Amino acid sequence: MLQKIQHKDAKIAIEVLTKADHREVLGKGSSPSITKGTKMTYETSRRGFLTGAGATALGVSVLPFLKVLPASAAGSDVVVAVTGQTINSLDIHRSGTNRPSYQVAVNVYDRLVSFGTKTLEDGSLSYDYSVIEPEAAESWEFADDGMAIVFKLRPEGKFQDGSPITAADVKWSFDRAVSVGGFPTVQMKAGSLEKPEQFEVVDDFTFKINLLRKSKLTLPDLAVPVPMIINSKVALEHATEDDPWATEYLHKNPAGSGAFKVAAWKPGEQLVYERNDNWTSGPVPAVKRVVLREVPSPATRRALLERGDVNMSFNMPNKDAKELSSADDITVATTPVENAIYCLCPNLSFEPFKDKKVRQAIAWSVPYEDVFQTAAYGRGAPMWGGAGSSPEEIAWPQKFPYSTDLDKAKALLEEAGLGGGFEVPLSISLSQADWMEPTALLIQENLAKIGIKATIEKIPGANWRTASLVEKRLPLHLETFGGWLNYPCYYFFWAYLEGHLFNSSNYRNEEIETLTAETLHMSVEDPEYAPKIKRMIEIAWDEVPRIALWQPALNVGTREVAGYEYWFHRQLDVRGLKKA
Amino acid sequence: MTGRLATVGLRITHSIPVILGVVVVSFLLTRALPGDPAVYFAGPAADAASIAQIRTALGLDKPLPEQFLIYATDVLRGDFGQSISTGQPVSEDLANRLPASLELTLTALLLSCAIAIPIGVLAATRPGSAVDHLCRILVTAGVSLPTFFTGVVLIYVFYYLLGIAPSPLGRLDFIYIEPDHVTGFYLIDAAIAGDWETWLAALKQLVLPAVTLALFTLAPLARMTRAAMLSALSSDYIRTARASGLTDNKVLFTYAFRNALLPVITTLGMVFSFTLGANVLVEKVFAWPGIGSYAVEALVVSDYAAVQGFVLAMALLFVALNLIIDLTYSMIDPRIGFEAK
Amino acid sequence: MTDVVSNSVPPTRNHGALDHFLYVLRSNPVTLLAFMMLAVLLVAALVGPAITPYDPLTSNAAIALQPPSLDHWFGTDNLGRDVFSRVIVATRLDLAISVAAVALSFVIGSLLGSIAGYWGGWLDSVLNRLFDTIMAFPLFVLAMGIVAALGNTVENIVYATAVINIPFYARLVRAEVNIRREAGFTQAAKLSGNSDIRVLALHIFPNALPPMMVQVSLNLGWAILNAAGLSFIGLGVRPPTAEWGIMVAEGANFIVSGEWWLALFPGLALMFAVFTFNLLGDGLRDIVDPRQRT
Repeated sequence: MLQKIQHKDAKIAIEVLTKADHREVLGKGSSPSITKGTKMTYETSRRGFLTGAGATALGVSVLPFLKVLPASAAGSDVVVAVTGQTINSLDIHRSGTNRPSYQVAVNVYDRLVSFGTKTLEDGSLSYDYSVIEPEAAESWEFADDGMAIVFKLRPEGKFQDGSPITAADVKWSFDRAVSVGGFPTVQMKAGSLEKPEQFEVVDDFTFKINLLRKSKLTLPDLAVPVPMIINSKVALEHATEDDPWATEYLHKNPAGSGAFKVAAWKPGEQLVYERNDNWTSGPVPAVKRVVLREVPSPATRRALLERGDVNMSFNMPNKDAKELSSADDITVATTPVENAIYCLCPNLSFEPFKDKKVRQAIAWSVPYEDVFQTAAYGRGAPMWGGAGSSPEEIAWPQKFPYSTDLDKAKALLEEAGLGGGFEVPLSISLSQADWMEPTALLIQENLAKIGIKATIEKIPGANWRTASLVEKRLPLHLETFGGWLNYPCYYFFWAYLEGHLFNSSNYRNEEIETLTAETLHMSVEDPEYAPKIKRMIEIAWDEVPRIALWQPALNVGTREVAGYEYWFHRQLDVRGLKKA
Repeated sequence: MTGRLATVGLRITHSIPVILGVVVVSFLLTRALPGDPAVYFAGPAADAASIAQIRTALGLDKPLPEQFLIYATDVLRGDFGQSISTGQPVSEDLANRLPASLELTLTALLLSCAIAIPIGVLAATRPGSAVDHLCRILVTAGVSLPTFFTGVVLIYVFYYLLGIAPSPLGRLDFIYIEPDHVTGFYLIDAAIAGDWETWLAALKQLVLPAVTLALFTLAPLARMTRAAMLSALSSDYIRTARASGLTDNKVLFTYAFRNALLPVITTLGMVFSFTLGANVLVEKVFAWPGIGSYAVEALVVSDYAAVQGFVLAMALLFVALNLIIDLTYSMIDPRIGFEAK
Repeated sequence: MTDVVSNSVPPTRNHGALDHFLYVLRSNPVTLLAFMMLAVLLVAALVGPAITPYDPLTSNAAIALQPPSLDHWFGTDNLGRDVFSRVIVATRLDLAISVAAVALSFVIGSLLGSIAGYWGGWLDSVLNRLFDTIMAFPLFVLAMGIVAALGNTVENIVYATAVINIPFYARLVRAEVNIRREAGFTQAAKLSGNSDIRVLALHIFPNALPPMMVQVSLNLGWAILNAAGLSFIGLGVRPPTAEWGIMVAEGANFIVSGEWWLALFPGLALMFAVFTFNLLGDGLRDIVDPRQRT
């Protein structure tokens, strides 16, 4: 009788028992061959699991704060923010570090330089790409031939452990960034920072970068999160032969000079920043502590903000942003993400899309307005309905000259000899289903009207990058590239050059290849720059390997907190926050 | 006693193929998952060369059998590998998160028992009556709801609308410090520390997710209690007891209930291991930092080591639990032989 | 259902069985209720697509997120699709998923269980360890893994649900077969020249059917919940197909913003179906278990 109760599904167990009950009511004599378990394995596992606990680098018990104050009364110096994503490392250089973790590099480390701040039309703050400001460096100048930059560090500059910030630290950090491989190395390379020999210690507070070429990208690239300055003395103490860059140590123990320290970090739960009262690279922040809680469910995040239990919700869904922006106590900052477009990409490796007319037909068939209202709830900027087939200016992104015109689309398909339509899978990423799914459904419906039968294929988040960007094997899909460095040529470099990562359409155009190479490092003031860029945009519009849908926006809801600033890296910079 | 030890020894040998099977299947399953950890690890904007470099570093360029050997050796040494998504050793993650899941599951079962057993007894004393039918409908309704749906509705009503429940932010509102780590169970740790404010706060956080899970587990427990009570009440010794003039209550609770307890405990064990695996969704809704939500996240990003570690830990737990049920049985009812099958 | 009741006392050899069926229905109002609910579900599944007021797939951005009204009884979703139509149409798919999954695990489980129970020996040991292994997995995570590995299509959801249910059937059958393989009637059947397979299939296996029917009914409900859970973490059927689990899962995100109808109605439909199958399980036991006959 007992044998049959071996179910995990307890609902079943009852049935079996009731049955058995009839048979031999209380005769429990039969052999209970229930288990294969052993006490010994259990204990081993217990020892392994339970005693090994609590090894996370920073114990939370170092935080004797706020025993029982409600969040709303938490005082003027604590900000509580929620986000949906996990911070998985405190070291941006480590391989495997995810995007949300980049904010640690921003808040806990300094760079030589930073960008300025500007106020946008709607009153919200944004970083200012056009202004480079000192951070750990107090000044810099280019060599006469323009082939080197010399930085003067602040003599009073201190790391969080009190030791001075020296040129040797900067060199070690830059050497690390160009040597560890993966994302940091690629990002450094974008600024023509490629090998350790370029970095030179002149004296304790003078640091020189020898340039490989004159490039407008070099200085801005020093202000992105990657070239952060690490306390090399601390790091080297923990470096080993196998791990010369101390990646294991810095993964859990930041060693920076930034405005905040990490007071507690539990991946999957929370990260607590604590102010560095002796910050030397800028004005000491107004808030003492920022608690960043991870809450995966967007509905819960919204409820928390609405109820006033948190001060800030970072990267809110568009729908919540739209609805909460009319709430009394909540301010929603919606900033269009610079140099980013949500695109529909037909892949030129697949037959019908090799024909420009077919791509144009698709571009004419997208129900842009419906998509923008349904998937983005009108947050962001429209990227359709532009006038004329050649651009007036070099702003990027700008409206593509397409709109919804099914007749035109049908005519183009006829011209391409595909009047009878064809079938194609339309791929979306499961982890971005919130906007991709409604977008894809609406596009699917309109494609059906011109005879193209699209089936929606959801690809798991883990596989999305591999399938769309690395293998570039999705015939028709949605894509989201945005460039950190705000130049059109930088966008084209990543998204329109053959073989480059975000060119998931496998597009190649000789003229664009040449023009991008010419413009990438060219100064924006150069009289040749604008005409070349306009030509590139013109080709991209005509050939539409990427069909622009809209420019996405980053939504951040705040409550009793001011000083939120938008950054191109789309991570939370807590340094300027103030309790209102 | 030596006989019992021998049986325990035999059980170990029986469980070895199961554990081996779990190790092999979980290895194969994770390798079948879509996605390429090397691409994920290499990060955004990585080129082909750096992806290949990472692939070699992770050992993913080796043939599958060799990868399996390496994995098996590591597991034997107690090394579950490192999780991609949290960046921590898997064993550390599990150790941190298992108590959270256990605390939630146990609280839910406790709550469930407190409601289900009386309902079951009540129904058994009046079989076929309106009360019986009502009980059956109620508990069946509980098990018919998807847990994530119940969870969201409870949050909406009790937190958002009424404001009675605390914010659904995991195990402890952020204004409290977690108690010093002794067992990992906040209720126990806070009690040990004598910090009753934290204890109360932890309890409040537990209520909604525990109720959600309890609703789901009411049915098996209540119905098992009812069935076991019914068969106990119709047995000869009860008739004898009644005939010898014992009061109804005495018969009900002393004789019938004690005998009915046995199958209820078995069910409880089954429900426990089932719930521990099934609270995946509840944990996700309530931002509960348990192993269930960990497994879901890991699976979605093809985090091999984390998925394997989770599955193995659950399997060990399941095996251990079965043994405990067996031992409990032989303790409650000495008639049950513990001979090896 | 009503059909069966009005069809009173047909003069067949099923006479006793039907009488018993009617008796159970009369004596247990809950079972009667369960059968009536099942009838509603079956009607919705059979004629559902024909009676919906709107096309369940056509979006209309102009009327997105409308609360329930006379035009749209259950409101509209974020793409302006009619929730009522989608809930009705989804019945067929949901029932199909659960029936297919349960049928699959029933067949495979019975086969493996019979083999293990009848022939015993090393086959029995190997199969038992196999079932143990499956059951030692956290079942939902196993299902998730299977769907994630094979890709999220309806067939794979069915396979995943079937796999995690196989051990339950297999064990049940194994135990029933095991206790009867030496029974008198088995011996008699063998002596009269029946082959092993014939004895197994015609004489022993039918004895396992009553408890299995109960299991089937419970599993049907559980399979629906399982599919819904998979949908919740994004491993459900492909959009734009209407399916209760996906609708609840997606609608759950709209509850806090006040659009409760997106999740509530499919949630109720789902609950209704699972509830029906669970109640049915009890009734079926009363019907198929001869010991209940009085």
